[in-house]
Amino acid sequence: MNDTICAISTSLGVGAISIIRVSGNKAIEIVSKLFKGANLFNAKSHTIHYGFIYNKKEKIDEVLVSIMLAPKTYTTEDIVEINLHGGINTTTKVLELLLENGCRIAEPGEFTKRAFLNGRIDLTQAESVNDLINAKSDMARKMALNNLDGNLNQEIKKIRHEVVDIMSNIEVNIDYPEYEDIEIVTTEILLPKLTNIVASIKRLLNDSKNCQLVKDGINIAIVGKPNVGKSSILNFLLNEEKAIVTDIPGTTRDIVEGSITLNGFLINFIDTAGIRDTEDVVEKIGVEKSKKAMEKADLIIIVLNNNESLTDYDKELMETVPKEKRIIFINKSDLKQRLELPDHCIIGNTVNRDGLDKLKDGIIKKLQLEEILNKDMTYVSNLRQIDLLKKAKNSLENAIANLENSMPIDIVEIDIMNAWNFLGEITGETYKDELLNALFSNFCLGK
Amino acid sequence: MFMYDIIIVGGGHAGCEAANISAKMGMKTLLLTMNLKNIADMPCNPSIGGTAKGIIVREIDALGGLMGIVADKSHFQIKMLNNSKGPAVRSLRCQADKVLYPQIMLEYLRKNNNLEIKEGMVENLIIEDNIAKGVILEDGKKITSKIVVLTTGTYLKANILIGDINKEEGPHQEKRSNYLSDNLKKLGIKILRLKTGTPPRIKKNSIDFTKMHEELGDDTYLTFSYDIKPIYDISKQQKCYLLYTNENTHEIIKKHLKESAMYGGYAKGIGPRYCPSIEDKIVRFADKERHQLFLEPESVHYDEWYLQGFSTSMPINVQEEMVHSLEGLEKAIISKYAYAIEYDAIDPIQLKPNLENKIIQNLFTAGQINGTSGYEEAAGQGLLAGINAALKIKNKKPLILKRNEAYIGVLIDDLVTKGVTDPYRMLTSRAEFRLLLRHDNADLRLREIGYKIGTINEEQYKKLCKKRADIDKLLKEVKENNLLINDDIVKIFKNNGYDINKGSISYEGLLKRPEITFSFLKQFRSFEYEKDVLEQVEIELKYGGYIKKAQKEAEKLQKIEAKQIPDDIDYKKVKNLASEARQKLEMVRPKTIAQATRISGVNPVDISLLAIYLKKEYNEHE
Repeated sequence: MNDTICAISTSLGVGAISIIRVSGNKAIEIVSKLFKGANLFNAKSHTIHYGFIYNKKEKIDEVLVSIMLAPKTYTTEDIVEINLHGGINTTTKVLELLLENGCRIAEPGEFTKRAFLNGRIDLTQAESVNDLINAKSDMARKMALNNLDGNLNQEIKKIRHEVVDIMSNIEVNIDYPEYEDIEIVTTEILLPKLTNIVASIKRLLNDSKNCQLVKDGINIAIVGKPNVGKSSILNFLLNEEKAIVTDIPGTTRDIVEGSITLNGFLINFIDTAGIRDTEDVVEKIGVEKSKKAMEKADLIIIVLNNNESLTDYDKELMETVPKEKRIIFINKSDLKQRLELPDHCIIGNTVNRDGLDKLKDGIIKKLQLEEILNKDMTYVSNLRQIDLLKKAKNSLENAIANLENSMPIDIVEIDIMNAWNFLGEITGETYKDELLNALFSNFCLGK
Repeated sequence: MFMYDIIIVGGGHAGCEAANISAKMGMKTLLLTMNLKNIADMPCNPSIGGTAKGIIVREIDALGGLMGIVADKSHFQIKMLNNSKGPAVRSLRCQADKVLYPQIMLEYLRKNNNLEIKEGMVENLIIEDNIAKGVILEDGKKITSKIVVLTTGTYLKANILIGDINKEEGPHQEKRSNYLSDNLKKLGIKILRLKTGTPPRIKKNSIDFTKMHEELGDDTYLTFSYDIKPIYDISKQQKCYLLYTNENTHEIIKKHLKESAMYGGYAKGIGPRYCPSIEDKIVRFADKERHQLFLEPESVHYDEWYLQGFSTSMPINVQEEMVHSLEGLEKAIISKYAYAIEYDAIDPIQLKPNLENKIIQNLFTAGQINGTSGYEEAAGQGLLAGINAALKIKNKKPLILKRNEAYIGVLIDDLVTKGVTDPYRMLTSRAEFRLLLRHDNADLRLREIGYKIGTINEEQYKKLCKKRADIDKLLKEVKENNLLINDDIVKIFKNNGYDINKGSISYEGLLKRPEITFSFLKQFRSFEYEKDVLEQVEIELKYGGYIKKAQKEAEKLQKIEAKQIPDDIDYKKVKNLASEARQKLEMVRPKTIAQATRISGVNPVDISLLAIYLKKEYNEHE
């Protein structure tokens, strides 16, 4: 842990500036080799300095350098942060220079790991920090903060309490077999109780799907026949809201054409077989090809032409996409109406930008973004937690299956106890050695 | 020169096992008791075994101890508890004769050439540089030894409480040990004040049994010990009886509550949660209309009966009223009144896992002095204290049973890791690997260990090896042989309520079904094996999936159990530990990370901080 590590702390390509963080006892020494400006060796802790990064004689970028001296820093080591102008080329160039001058690239989660190793934060904080860092939208941020407060803990503790009640009754039956006045837990009593608990866990898991919506964003596909104006609509939405450059490496999303935030939610427009390509090329693309994209979409905008009557293609689209998953937008309202309007549609055009705001409202309404916004964000928020919940659920389902198979209750209790332990791992009430490693490999590169 | 290798102070269940095993291991041993008549005395309930406790008795037997065999030779009723439940929670309990048990125990002890038994009251220890070197008797006489094992039970500064009467004495109006606990305190050992109690005894001919429900022994032969055949007659087992408290009883107790030693504020000790007095039960479970009680004969040699479940510290006149309110006991004559007893114990958190004191070297303690309750818990500790004292003298590694190896391992680990707040009683729920710690496999778990340390002889070991070989043979046999199921056999299955299809299926496949047993299958093929071999194979096949799961969990535990914490660790240097955790870790000084996880007040976060610290400080370069 004596080496000095560095990493790009901001997502590549996002935003106007990017930050490279350097931590370790040689942080100042190494950055000084590249930096022209104030003498960083004399800098006081928690100060910012203006200057330039040079590669020998070549000026790379105009930067601000923050100096934070040990121990009052995130990692408790000396930290230097270089604020650069955004852009992949410049940022990676500076990173390369740091590596050439004696830094090592940080492993995933290493900054937080160091903070933890040096005793600055505890494990549960570390996990929430990870979620906060990874939050891609305000909603995700809110959720991570909410989980810091322990709402999820409450939910899980409640379930865990029900499980322990069952367990203690079984244990009493075992340890005090002569006491007939105590309720004897039978398979008939146990089965409905376990089924109920499984249902509660399933509900949490279901909510976790909502949570994934919040964390990873909502996928929207825009479909329609060639020339109907899909790309114009997309461009309008992307330009109107602040577009986020995509192709962020490491995200689980499929290829995304562009992303915006709407009402605090991250909205991804997914590639429906090249809707941004020239319309000529798109002509070749049939429903089959769009289908794939549509399967991945949480919402599908079907675009129809006001100036034409419904084609077979349109009809097929409307039949394929279920009503609750679609919005129909009638484009080209500036031209003569030749289309028989279907129910529940939004009319407008991209020439005068008519109806496009209504489309945005429609998206918000359809996805119930306002409701989710007001909803208690007690969602299971990360994969470790989801995995443990699933394990708990599996254990209980195992218990149910074995009970039905006339396995003795005191043996089946082993499954119930496992479920109890898995739930405990979520709330941090059970210690598992693997937890640490699992956690740290989860942390994003950078912080 | 020392006069003895090991001195055992106290001749109760812990002392007897410690003395016997240490002598068996070749140590020149002295057992000191205040009164020879009270060797292996059973001052409370007249039974040995019970849930979890019965498994401890079998473990004692598997390791070469005496409790199992002495119980087998002295009981007048025996039964298997939880017989209708899974194999992991079955456990034996017998009604041991209070006259015979001590007699037979003494006979066994006297067979040991290395063991001397003497009367004497120990008042102080000979300590030099925090090393125990013997004992000092009441009359000032010094007896030296390499190791001292204290198994003083409830006699340290004992007070007997009946209502507002408070007498300074131990059970049976015996003298209490007045100075030993004070002297221990002076050495820096933390002393706890605990309390327990016992119910009234009733004259047999004053009981109307017709109004009570009979409780019989099992009608199959059973033994605790792996080494003897049953010597009792099933049909001559004595009956016990079930009766209930009623509204009237509860009214009497509520009316006089303030007069009980407990609720009148006369008692300061902390009583056992798992064995509450009847007034405790009435207060804590106010909505219960009745509580179960049992009447059990104490011996066939005298006619006192033990009223289980009715322990109390009420004054004697209230006890009379309470007992007479019970159906069938309207005219009962109380031969001994119930009492509560307060006594000093040491906080077992001050012990190493081999039961040696952390402050005073070569001083071991076992039994109720360590804050436990129950004959079996005492005997189990006594056995291990004796073994470990002998091993220490022989310069050998201590025997520390793991939690997945024995209930005795769970017991001692709990004591030295968690300490006690109230008298500790073993429960199956304390064992996280109870599926591995079964009644039926104590020999398979522990006999080999006993053989290696010299407490199990050649003959016993050969028997174990044969059993193991037979199990393997039978497992192979059922796997490789099929039952051809024709229409006739389908009919036999159906008649027994079992579903089956025509065809050929291995005996293994059949035995995996919960309802199918060897005793059913023997009509199709003879299996020439001992009963316990058949039982092992049945369990292995029926519950194999769960057993494997438990083994996997146990292996995981072993992994962190293997993560040693160096003896010289400075907990002040582990950053960010919660202060309670730091304090507890400092006090317990766990040997492994796994042990640290079991300390109450030490949270997972603290454990991770500790694990990280160890990684950083002790094996960063690994």
